Amino acid sequence: MIRVVLPAHLRGLAHIAGEVQVEIEGPVTQRSVVDALEASYPMLRGTIRDHVTQQRRPFLRFFACEEDLSHESPDAPLPDAVVAGKEPLLIVGAIAGG
Amino acid sequence: MSGVRVLVGTRKGAFILTSDGKRERWDVSGPHFAGWEMYHLKGSPADPNRLYASQCSGWFGQIIQRSDDGGKTWTQPGTPPGEQAAPGGPPKAESNKFVYDTSADAGKPLTTHQFYDGTQHPWEFKRVWHLEPSLSDPDTVYAGVEDAALFRSKDGGKSWQELSGLRGHGTGPQWQPGAGGMCLHTIVLDPSNPNRMFVAISAAGAFRSDDAGKTWQPINRGLKSEFIPNPEAEVGHCVHRIAMHRSRPGVLFMQKHWDVMRSDNAGDLWQEVSGNLPSDFGFVVDVHAHEPETIYVVPIKSDGEHFPPDGKLRVYRSRSGGNEWEALTKGLPQRDCYVNVLRDAMAVDSLDKCGIYFGTTGGQVYCSADAGDNWAPIVRDLPAVLSVEVQTLA
Repeated sequence: MIRVVLPAHLRGLAHIAGEVQVEIEGPVTQRSVVDALEASYPMLRGTIRDHVTQQRRPFLRFFACEEDLSHESPDAPLPDAVVAGKEPLLIVGAIAGG
Repeated sequence: MSGVRVLVGTRKGAFILTSDGKRERWDVSGPHFAGWEMYHLKGSPADPNRLYASQCSGWFGQIIQRSDDGGKTWTQPGTPPGEQAAPGGPPKAESNKFVYDTSADAGKPLTTHQFYDGTQHPWEFKRVWHLEPSLSDPDTVYAGVEDAALFRSKDGGKSWQELSGLRGHGTGPQWQPGAGGMCLHTIVLDPSNPNRMFVAISAAGAFRSDDAGKTWQPINRGLKSEFIPNPEAEVGHCVHRIAMHRSRPGVLFMQKHWDVMRSDNAGDLWQEVSGNLPSDFGFVVDVHAHEPETIYVVPIKSDGEHFPPDGKLRVYRSRSGGNEWEALTKGLPQRDCYVNVLRDAMAVDSLDKCGIYFGTTGGQVYCSADAGDNWAPIVRDLPAVLSVEVQTLA
């Protein structure tokens, strides 16, 4: 079970509280986690990745295990602690605009 | 008992203000979608309980929301809360997907527009500025977007298709962004002719379609804009708002960047009617619900100083379709007022007497229940108001 922490605005949009958990079959990557997240919560499609380009939105970042993974390949394996469910994948909105 | 429902979009959420026909006591509901920019909300004329809303964010992009119960509950069309994707099928979440037409027929000449520095720039979707529900079908709604284009949904907002004849008619490469971005912010549907519609774009100008949005022509003859290289160019004018009275769809009123204009031939030719206004810069213009020659504007000092002249918030009314204007001040602040009134932030109800509403960047929403003679704030301290629409309920 993969744990994901979403920004408050997206938790509100998806009507969820706290962490989200998603099941992943196969490699655990940024892409597979966001794919699973969007499959469970379709209203999040287009909010984390651009609808057309599938690129991470520029004001969102991916962190885990105190590392910035935002510029890793979306198909790179996530850290073992995330795969094991010990640490969450953090999807963080940039602090910008006041 | 008749009543009104005022739909208010702000920088940090939406609010719904309701009252009976007296329009003296108000219930305030909200914030809905707290923390999100709510550019525009509007109800379907064919089904008052059907509302559409544009919710957006610089972080998370564009969301379309829909209510089928007059704003009590909302969903993203096609994705009710908690609904799982169909097994084996794609998630149903196309309602916030706005993709420019890049088909061979339409796409090739539509690739660029003029940027601030005069270079050509590709079209990039940013947000929905304005939602205009069909006059007859609750499931059909038009969206004016930034970068400027017109989209239509025929399935209640679940999916959107561009009416690309607008960008494709030939002048697209000359369009350029105004200070607020290159936005299609005004959509006016002709109640007497389902094939005729008008749009306005900053800074491109006004356009008309006579075939239900398939093809378009610029309708900017008579406009003069001193701030562009050719002041009488076919396109490039910063039109801020167009209004029409439903009994006379051939008569249009326009608040341009500078100048208040009118056309008596569906935009074929415009003439200036600024008359004795203290400033002819402004954003809003609207028409009295029962008097097609009675119109309203809110003068703003200048394009560099977006606040009322002399610190006095004044609505100006003309009962002659322009040129002769009177200041309406009773109940409005007449000193130290430096708010703005944005282009989608004025509306009228159809009660007798006609109600006039407007919202400010200072968070006030004012109502006049007597066609502008007297004003009172419904709310004083909302986030900056982006849009105001009103529904008259039976």
